[in-house]
Amino acid sequence: MATATFRIWRGTAEKGEFRDYTAEVGEGMVVLDAVHQIQATQAPDLACRWNCKAGKCGSCSAEVNGKPRLMCMTRVSDLPLDVPVIVEPMQAFPPVKDLVTDVSWNYEVKKRIAPFSPRKPDAPDGTWRMAQEDADRVQEFRKCIECFLCQDVCHVLRDHHKHAAFIGPRFLVHVAQLEMHPLDTGDRVAALKNDNGIGYCNITKCCTKVCPEHITITDNAIIPLKERVVDDHYDPVLKLIRLVLRRRG
Amino acid sequence: MPGIPLPVRSRGFGQTTRRDRWWLTPAAVAVGLGAFVVYATWAALQGQHYTYGPYLSPFYSPELWGPSEHAWFGPLPPGWPAGLPYSPALLILWAPGGFRLTCYYYRGAYYKAFWADPPACAVGEPRTGYIGESNWPLRIQNIHRYFLYVAILFIGLLAWDAVKAYWFADGFGVGVGSLVLTANVVLLAGYTFGCHSLRHLVGGRLDCVSKAPTCHTLYKGCSALNRRHPAWAWASLCSVMFADLYVRLCSMGVWRDLRIV
Repeated sequence: MATATFRIWRGTAEKGEFRDYTAEVGEGMVVLDAVHQIQATQAPDLACRWNCKAGKCGSCSAEVNGKPRLMCMTRVSDLPLDVPVIVEPMQAFPPVKDLVTDVSWNYEVKKRIAPFSPRKPDAPDGTWRMAQEDADRVQEFRKCIECFLCQDVCHVLRDHHKHAAFIGPRFLVHVAQLEMHPLDTGDRVAALKNDNGIGYCNITKCCTKVCPEHITITDNAIIPLKERVVDDHYDPVLKLIRLVLRRRG
Repeated sequence: MPGIPLPVRSRGFGQTTRRDRWWLTPAAVAVGLGAFVVYATWAALQGQHYTYGPYLSPFYSPELWGPSEHAWFGPLPPGWPAGLPYSPALLILWAPGGFRLTCYYYRGAYYKAFWADPPACAVGEPRTGYIGESNWPLRIQNIHRYFLYVAILFIGLLAWDAVKAYWFADGFGVGVGSLVLTANVVLLAGYTFGCHSLRHLVGGRLDCVSKAPTCHTLYKGCSALNRRHPAWAWASLCSVMFADLYVRLCSMGVWRDLRIV
């Protein structure tokens, strides 16, 4: 069986270094398999978060050859093996140990987003009626597995550390899912502009490129939300039209 | 919103563990956009060789004031200072230029290519300070929909130019130039009607599109074009440059316009 070198980040929040390990590689193998093999044979203390091994739990997020990826969905055969395969933790979050990072900031951010607030039920039995075409748009956003790869690659968080001012692409998708929902009555547009920092996004589309669920984050979530912010805050003509319509009743 | 405890590792400009040629796309964008800006500026300042028979260069359309028979109002704008060089393109190019400059696709592309913010995904940046589009001066990008309104008007004008390009001095005909100007307006329309702002305005702003079937139809059409927005953007950028070059070289006598019909 062929072998390949895996250059894996080992360390804690205080210090760390890359260490080389050799693993046997075979057909259909993914990077997570190699990491498990290294754990089993050479580095039993290698810390790595994983769960489903099917690209659905979002636990094994890391960076493989510099690109944010799910380790369980990255085939070794797709990587150049004549040079070491570099595996390191996500850069946008504080390291805990080896490949594990502390992503708890994301859960704190989510708590601060106004939750789903549906209109009054449409039927006496307390249920609602929705047209499929109204639900179509937000269904895409529900595919998110919260792997936080989009947060990791976003340069606003990764390079500029604007964690206190910008919620990141994952939660812009979450806001879009709520804001565009046909039953929702909440208004999160002012919060998007002032508290969630949507203006920090400069549309590099890196989040869309790394999404393992292929959610069109930038085009279908972030830009439509930016346009809603323009509607309410940067379009004087629309503001005037709304004022006139409101006065006419 | 909560901050995040440091340390979060930072990387210097260009630092990355990516093994691919990440610099290739931003470099190609810089070359492509740079070449267009240089050519368009040069062509706009020429003020001549922008018409040939029924053809009018898209850089000069509409020709509000100018020396050719395509001009709407006469040779020179009223009150134009004597001795100051004049080119009809200078009066109108702000509109398509502004539309592209504030376009969501181009913004992402030129922030990477010309400002390295970031140079590419997961590649270290040259600066630590960052305000993005959250404040001035880049907050001005929110003006995009106003440029869109003017751009739609320009599509109508360029379509009319394309129709006129089939009417020669001896009547109806089809020249290579007619096809070039037609292809150009089709590509420009594909780019303009796939605009993210238009997509929002025609239907994206609604949460219940089922109650507005016309808006829903327009939204679906706009979304179909929007899925290939970058491709439309580059194709139309090349076509508008080529259309000007074609008319210019025919007018200069370098190329001969072939009459097909």
